[in-house]
Amino acid sequence: MTHPEKDELIALPQQVNDFCMTVCTVNGSGSATSNNVLYHALFHMGIPTSGKNIFPSNIKGLPTWFVIRVSEKGYLGRVPYDDILVAMNPETFLDDLTYLPEGGVIFYADHIRLPENPRPDLIFYPMPIRRLVKEAEVPRNLREYMENMAYVGIVGEVLGINMESLLYALKRHFGNKATALESNLKMVKTGYDWAAANIVKRDRYSVKPLPPMKDCILTDGNNAAALGSLFGGVEFCAWYPITPASSLVESMIEHNPKLRKDPVTGKNTCVILQVEDELAAAGCAIGAGWAGLRAMTATSGPGLSLMTENVGLAYFTETPIVIWDVQRVGPSTGLPTRTAQGDLTFVYFLGHGDINHIILLPGSVNECFEFGWKALDLAEHYQTPIFVLSDLDLGMNQWITSKFAYPDRPIDRGKILWEEDLDRFGGQWGRYKDIDGDGIPYRTVMGNQNPAAAYFTRGTGHNEYGNYSEDPINWANMIRRIKKKLMNMCEVLPKPILRAKPGAKIGIIGWGSTDPALIEAQDMLEQAGVPVDYLRIRALPSCRDVHDFIAAHDHTYVLELNRDGQMCSILKLEVSECSEKLSSLTDIGGLPMTALWATEQVLAKEMERNG
Amino acid sequence: MDNAQTQKVERNLIGLSPVDYKGKPSTLCPGCGHNTIANQIQAALFELGVVPEMVAKFSGIGCSSKSPNYFLDRSFGFNGVHGRMPTLATGACFADRRIKLIGISGDGDSASIGMGHFKHVIRRNIPMVYIIENNGVYGLTKGQFSATSDLGLELRHQGKNYLPPLDLCLEALISGAKFVARAFAGDVKQMRELFKAAFVHDGIAVIDVISPCVTFNNQDQAMQSYTWGRENESPIQDITFIPKAQEIFVEDFQEGTYREVKLHDGSILLLKKIDRDYDPTSKTAALDLLTESYEKRYLTTGLFYIEKAEQSIIDIFDLGREPLNRLPAERIRPDLAALEQINAALE
Repeated sequence: MTHPEKDELIALPQQVNDFCMTVCTVNGSGSATSNNVLYHALFHMGIPTSGKNIFPSNIKGLPTWFVIRVSEKGYLGRVPYDDILVAMNPETFLDDLTYLPEGGVIFYADHIRLPENPRPDLIFYPMPIRRLVKEAEVPRNLREYMENMAYVGIVGEVLGINMESLLYALKRHFGNKATALESNLKMVKTGYDWAAANIVKRDRYSVKPLPPMKDCILTDGNNAAALGSLFGGVEFCAWYPITPASSLVESMIEHNPKLRKDPVTGKNTCVILQVEDELAAAGCAIGAGWAGLRAMTATSGPGLSLMTENVGLAYFTETPIVIWDVQRVGPSTGLPTRTAQGDLTFVYFLGHGDINHIILLPGSVNECFEFGWKALDLAEHYQTPIFVLSDLDLGMNQWITSKFAYPDRPIDRGKILWEEDLDRFGGQWGRYKDIDGDGIPYRTVMGNQNPAAAYFTRGTGHNEYGNYSEDPINWANMIRRIKKKLMNMCEVLPKPILRAKPGAKIGIIGWGSTDPALIEAQDMLEQAGVPVDYLRIRALPSCRDVHDFIAAHDHTYVLELNRDGQMCSILKLEVSECSEKLSSLTDIGGLPMTALWATEQVLAKEMERNG
Repeated sequence: MDNAQTQKVERNLIGLSPVDYKGKPSTLCPGCGHNTIANQIQAALFELGVVPEMVAKFSGIGCSSKSPNYFLDRSFGFNGVHGRMPTLATGACFADRRIKLIGISGDGDSASIGMGHFKHVIRRNIPMVYIIENNGVYGLTKGQFSATSDLGLELRHQGKNYLPPLDLCLEALISGAKFVARAFAGDVKQMRELFKAAFVHDGIAVIDVISPCVTFNNQDQAMQSYTWGRENESPIQDITFIPKAQEIFVEDFQEGTYREVKLHDGSILLLKKIDRDYDPTSKTAALDLLTESYEKRYLTTGLFYIEKAEQSIIDIFDLGREPLNRLPAERIRPDLAALEQINAALE
């Protein structure tokens, strides 16, 4: 095997701690473990890194890509090109090559056939993967998995990832499974040593350790949401498996036994129940919420479609529940393993008739934790379904995030009346009576033994005492009070986050997992001479700050991952006096947003606007 | 009220009168079988001496699902959406394990739109009494066929039913129910005894009650009509429920003519044989009997199957004795040290 000699490529400037590397494998081959080891080793070296798994809806044998972005500046959004390819999948090899810019690097398993006329501007490093696996003498049944560990060693050595960090990452992954750790470490070392002895570095990409990232952790949004819910005192979760929400509940199942034993009795305090479908998941959560348990479910678009009728029931009976929607690409089955922000308007108005909902929009893994416990407080305080919209990118990918902060306020159970509380009402208690004038009635729950406690909850028309009513005035009052209750929440929901730039006259608005891309785009736009202020919305309905932001800027672009600009449409309704100041920029296709796309879109629109 | 009248009021073991078990006035049609069922639930609970506050009622949509409003006004109730009643009860049962749950459903609710939940709530063995008020017709939407309508049934505006009915007792049995019975609204004594046994059963107890719809499906030849039921009902046992505290006088029951079934709380069910010796602890016998009744179009009633469950779903989840919904905040939020450990593991 000969390599194209391209000495002139070395003349390109060195790129230290700033590149994007994609590992191309087939799913089910153990590559996730290898890629996470590489990713964690970089994190251990103190280098800001993001890892995104672009995977198929399949168990074994289809192409999968793991994209690692290393950025000393801390830009962690997706980029639309690769500097380095680790090619383990012959089927996608030729196509994968097209993503490389000049000077790009390919580490490839040497059983993959190179194209007849390889691009001369690329640097190829063949890896004798199969030979190395043989040399490492790993058990036969583990060979396929070990092929992927071999590239960890080779790539690690060539890029300058130190062995200590690789060892740390391996230990983190394999924990106390000593045999697995030993054989994997052996394989990594074999690759590492082979590369040190045989590869002459000709490319310009490398990493250098940085001071440790203080108070940072590495995890995914679904794990964070699970932990946030458990620290929020969730007592009941019913669910039905669906990508990309399953791992949220699976994380709950993992942490529940340790975190949620009653300190007094040692008994469990959280029930996690897999049920027959999403209709049941919602129904069970509503039954639990109604009976006074802090209740939740987690799903994605198709599941939410099934939950819709029950959500209307919860809304109208004023039953607290939390619903996590880890969004994927729809409509229909869509792209189950790709990301989108396409459920916003669907969720906002989920249900028939006069209905609207509260939505929390976490934009980081840390916020998945924070909104996990806050959502439960809000649901019980306001007696209404609370939706949290995450997405596949945020939920299933590993992110560097600040450490989880312990809830800064006690658990809020809302206006629940127990036996002794009811005596204060002297028999005049009514389930739907707005005594305090804030639209939030008092509620009793199953098990309350006071003879005045019980009431009949119904999804049909009811009066202040819960009795059946078809009276037009009563109906209108009931529906308006619920609306008032929800609109009172606008200013208590998580406020938007503003990142200002000096001299900015235009604004950009984003929400959710596009945050890293938009932070980077904001810097790119500044460099291009178009400073913008960036507002990240963290809840709907929108609050005063959002109105003020739009009013204060000449023009504002709303950037999001759906076809029709759903957030933009909502803002045009809610900030209608400024609707002509809003433009929508949208990207669909199932991949996370890139800063480059956002920058180019805003620049193009600005040129158009300024003639 | 004068003293003489007060003394006349019947009181149960816990000092409550039948009035304490009443609900709102029924808005169902006069003569509707569902009203009989509501009355017998009240009577059964009065006789058992159950505290009304310790019961919670659940229902879906349909005439049947309105009926929980017509009994036990002092109990919590939740009337949800069509077919999803079992899910509400499932979630609620973990909140306070002391509460006895009653689910009221209909043939539309359980045999059609909610069949999946019906079978899965049985599979989960949620501790509840699941009563199907089965009239073989959609009443509230004015007379359409249901999945339990008899083959060949003719209804105004519908023509002839061309599909065979489902048997909910068979469905319950093969889903793993450990208490399966059928009653007929025209036979209140048997119904009441079955209700009492169902209430003390530990786990789900399914009772399919043939409950005629006097407005839409009460033609003499209709299988769910009063006339047909009265002429064709064949109870398999004469059932007597004996509460745990009460002594049994065996001489009242002729040796060899009855079976004694011990219930969860120590109560006893005496099942007097009618025309065949039937073993309600044999699932095979139950399947045979129900299959035969279905094929030969008999209205067989009685306790088809009873078995003690190993453990309830509450035990499986290892919850404490105190109601979960009353645990104070500090017992449901892990401490700061726990979070610090989590953070450290993710560094």
